[in-house]
This record gives sequence, C-alpha cells and structure tokens, in this order.
Amino acid sequence: MKLLFERSRTGRGQSLIPACDVPAVSFDPSLLRAEAPRLPEISEVDLGRHYTELAKQTHGVNDGFYPLGSCTMKYNPRIDEEMAALPGFTGIHPLQGEDTAQGCLEVLFRLEKLLCEITGMDGMTFQPAAGAHGEYTGLLLIRRYHQARGDAARTKILVPDSAHGTNPASAVMAGFSVVSIPSNAQGGVDLDALRAAVGPDTAGLMLTNPNTVGLFDPNILEITEIVHRAGGLCYYDGANLNAIMGHVRPGDMGFDCVHLNLHKTFSTPHGGGGPGSGPVGCKAFLEEYLPEPRIREENGAYRFCTPAHTMGRVRSFWGNFLVAVRALTYILTLGREGIPEASAGAVLNANYLMNKLKDSYDMSFDTICMHEFVMTLERLKHETGVSAMDVAKRLLDFGMHPPTMYFPLIVHEALMVEPTETESPETLDEAASVFLGILEEARTDPESLHSAPHSCPIGRPDEVTAARSPVLRYKFAQ
Amino acid sequence: MANIPADLKYTKSHEWVKEEDGLLVVGLTDFAATALGDIVFIRLPEAGEEVTAGESFAEVESVKAVSDVFSPATGKVAEVNEALNDAPEAVNEDPYGAWLIKIAGTEATDELLDASAYEAVCAAEEDA
Repeated sequence: MKLLFERSRTGRGQSLIPACDVPAVSFDPSLLRAEAPRLPEISEVDLGRHYTELAKQTHGVNDGFYPLGSCTMKYNPRIDEEMAALPGFTGIHPLQGEDTAQGCLEVLFRLEKLLCEITGMDGMTFQPAAGAHGEYTGLLLIRRYHQARGDAARTKILVPDSAHGTNPASAVMAGFSVVSIPSNAQGGVDLDALRAAVGPDTAGLMLTNPNTVGLFDPNILEITEIVHRAGGLCYYDGANLNAIMGHVRPGDMGFDCVHLNLHKTFSTPHGGGGPGSGPVGCKAFLEEYLPEPRIREENGAYRFCTPAHTMGRVRSFWGNFLVAVRALTYILTLGREGIPEASAGAVLNANYLMNKLKDSYDMSFDTICMHEFVMTLERLKHETGVSAMDVAKRLLDFGMHPPTMYFPLIVHEALMVEPTETESPETLDEAASVFLGILEEARTDPESLHSAPHSCPIGRPDEVTAARSPVLRYKFAQ
Repeated sequence: MANIPADLKYTKSHEWVKEEDGLLVVGLTDFAATALGDIVFIRLPEAGEEVTAGESFAEVESVKAVSDVFSPATGKVAEVNEALNDAPEAVNEDPYGAWLIKIAGTEATDELLDASAYEAVCAAEEDA
C-alpha cells in the first residue's frame, strides 16, 4: 500500500482556506521557516480512500472478538460517542472563563463524585492523560505526603513481580527505587517476602487487585495493613477495576490512592493509542497535594480552586475532557444496578471461556478467575514446537484478535485472555471452538502454524528489524 | 540443549564469566540468549562505573521483554564492548564471543558455578 507521500502530486486538491478576516499578526523572523513544509498534496477523495483502506486492514471491537488481556477491549456504547460529540462539549475552548463553561465543569464535578463512590476515595484529579501518567501522579502524591512530614528516608516503592512494567517505570520516574516482591504459589503477594521488605525506607506499595494473572488477592487487607504499619502508603493500579467495580472498593481494601483507566473500564475506544484518561483519586488526607485546579460547587455554580499544597499541574488544561464525558455517560447509562452487573458479567464471561478451554489448554493457575485468565503454552511448545506466538497469529485467520502474549512475564508462553462483559455466549462458544481447533492443528500440522496467519495483508512483521533499525520518518527522494 | 563451554564459570542468573589478563570478562549464556529471543538493544554501563555482585549492571531488550543482567562480582568496569551498541544481535549469534563488560579489581569467587552445575540449573528451568 502506498504512503500519502508517495501519492502526493504537486498542486493537487487541497482545501481552500478562506480569506483572513482578522488582523494579521507578525512573528519574529527567527520563528519563521524559510521554506514551506513538504506536506503531501492529495485530493480529498484519494485521502479518504487511503484511510478507508487502512481502516479495512485493522481489527476493532466492531469487527469481532477482541480478548486482549489487561486491555479491557469492551464494546463502547454509541450513546457515549453521541454525548461526546455534542457541540457544547466539542466547541469549547480551554481558556474560556469558568462562567461560560459551567456544563463542562459540572461534568468533571459529577464524574469525580461518582468515581469516588466507586473507588472509595474522597477526591480526584482528571489531569493525567492515561494510566501510566496516573501512576506517576499518584506516586508524586505519595512523595509529597512523606516530604511534607519531613520524612526523607522513604525512597522505596514495593511492586509485585507480576506487575505491569509501567509500575516500576513510573516509580523510577517519580524518583523512587523499586523493590520487587515475589508472588506466592497462588499467584498473590508473598506475605513473608512483603513483611521482610517493608521498613523505614518504604514509601509505598503499588498493587493491582485482581492482579495481572486475573486473581483476586484474598490477603489484601493484611497486605495493606503490613504496608501501613511500616509507615508506607498503598497505591491501587486501577488497570483491573473492570472485575470489581460496584462490588468492592479499593478504598475499603486499604488503598490510599488509585488511578483509573477511564478509557478501559468506563469505555472510550482505545485500541488505536488514545486518547486515554487516567484520573487519580485519593483519601482525604492526600487531597491537599492533588494537582491544581480542582472544581468545587459554590452557590449552585462550579468554580476552579487550588488545593492547599498542590503539586501543581501534571498536564496542560483539564485532561482529556471528552473521555470524561464518555465515562459520565457510561456510568449514568448503566446506573447503580448496571455497574456491578457489568463487572459480574466480565468475571462470568472469563470463567465461562476458561472452563471451556481448561481441559485442553494449561491454565497458569487452576482456580476461579476474575475478569481474565492466563494460559501457559509451555507444554505445547515442548511437545509440538508451536508457540504462544504461533497460536496468537493463527487466531487472526478466524477473525479474532489475539489475546495478550508473553505477559505477565512470570508465566512462560503466556496467553492472557480478557473476554469482557459485552460478548455473548455465542461469541464465546465460537472463540472456544477456534482455540480448540488450533490445538488440533498444532498436533497434526504444526508447520502451517509457524507461518500463520495466512489470510492477513501482513502476517509476520519483522519486529526485530523494526526495533533494531526503525524508520521513523519519510525519506524524500531528492 | 544449550551450548555450555566447560572452560567458563557461570551464575544462576545466566551470565558467563572468564578470567583474562587479570580481568573478569562477563557475557550472557547461550541459554539466556535463546530464552530472550532476538536481542534488539543492550544498555551497558560506562567504563569506570562500580558494579556490585548480584546487582544489575546492564539491561537487555529483546522482542519479548526487557531483562536485567546481574554482575557476578564486585569491582569496577574496566572495559565495555561498545560494538554491541550497534550490533546487539551479536549476543544471539555468538553468546560466548560477544562479551558485555570486563571487571577489574576482583576475581572469580567460589560462588560461581562450573559448567556441569550450570547445566543442572538450565535443565531445572527447562522443566519448570
């Protein structure tokens, strides 16, 4: 397929810019470029076809099953998009005065209240642009808290070895060093290792519950107590909130702060890399350190305000606002009954599919799972040479998006499956029969699996060359 | 079975060690390189940096994952294999030729494994 640059022809159809009807402003010459940028010149219809062709080569939730573990690729209700497209939301300017943006402020204010109720927190900021940014902001909260108490010795963040890689990365970004806590045989936190690791240098613990192998840690109250007794704070990574929302609250498990992935749990299309939204919530004693501005209600109007010891801004303006609009729509549409029903459905669907597969595929933990489960294809690889990668690639031939592969790192040849609550039993049955069919192929014709997929425009991209010598820009001929 | 030369020493975390001209030469074993898959980037320390036995001194990134490389001894980095910056794939192609660093001011301790002990470590991990 040709690139836009390759389709470009000098002088060909671009939009006509209307005459300037405002006073011209002149810039300092040092800020001006001498030559026009070499942008592709292409007619509107050809541009449209280019993107339509690209879109046809992708796989989204609207195309088929998308059980990408840890990513919560649920169906995003159309009404969310309708609300986010309302001109009152899209036509607003971030520098507009608060009096003329009351509706937008109300969205953030009401959503904050609802999300605080769901998470058991007291206050929240919507500035972080997505999950990892939320982690970073939450860790800055923990850092500020210890600094404000004059406790400079707390430099370490504890992270379980099953954690998503962003956890240790965010901790390092926020100026901490990381201590890895091993998992126990049940896939949870090893309590003895945790007790041995905490001390006067413990700033906090980062945990997601259910964890990355899809299991709810039954020792959670003891875990957060061990950390609190040592003087540390507990940070809840909201990556897996979709399993528990409306049933259990991180605040009641003993967590002091939390980030959510609104784009996952509260439904914004997020397969293409954004935009996300990673609001950070905290208990009352941390509220004074939240980023500014926050929004409060005053005589029926919404006003910006600055927390007493704010960390300042972590992002320009008000975060990815339209994701918040979708999240509010989602919560109000589902309501008090629908939110816990959604998470119950996510857990039921995961267990349904796991039980259809577990006699044939090895599960990394043979127990009831939460919203996702992890299979290990290590034995299959030993016996047939067919890897998790081969199975994942073959799924593409059946119109299914593969599960997450080779994650979490503590499980070898891992396939991590998260069906989500929005899939029907028929879709799950079909997916199960595809999985079982591929297993049969692995035993009878392993060679054909090594070259799968056979029906995609691109089968096996050369990831090694892409990583070793990436081409990050178009190289013009002359 | 992975290639495990008899004349080298090994760590449980899959580094190989060789004494050469008073320095300890350290690299990644064939078993490690195979398990990691195609290596696309190696973050090496600078010459002159201190390394501590059992602690990470480098990171290896493959298509699958990023992993730490642990130092077999405490000492100072005498030399770094700069060629790996441009050609990290050398570790996949020739794991016992493509050394990572040379450490000065130390020697191989008894804690290091000989080839047969290391072979047992690899066999145990294969079965795990």
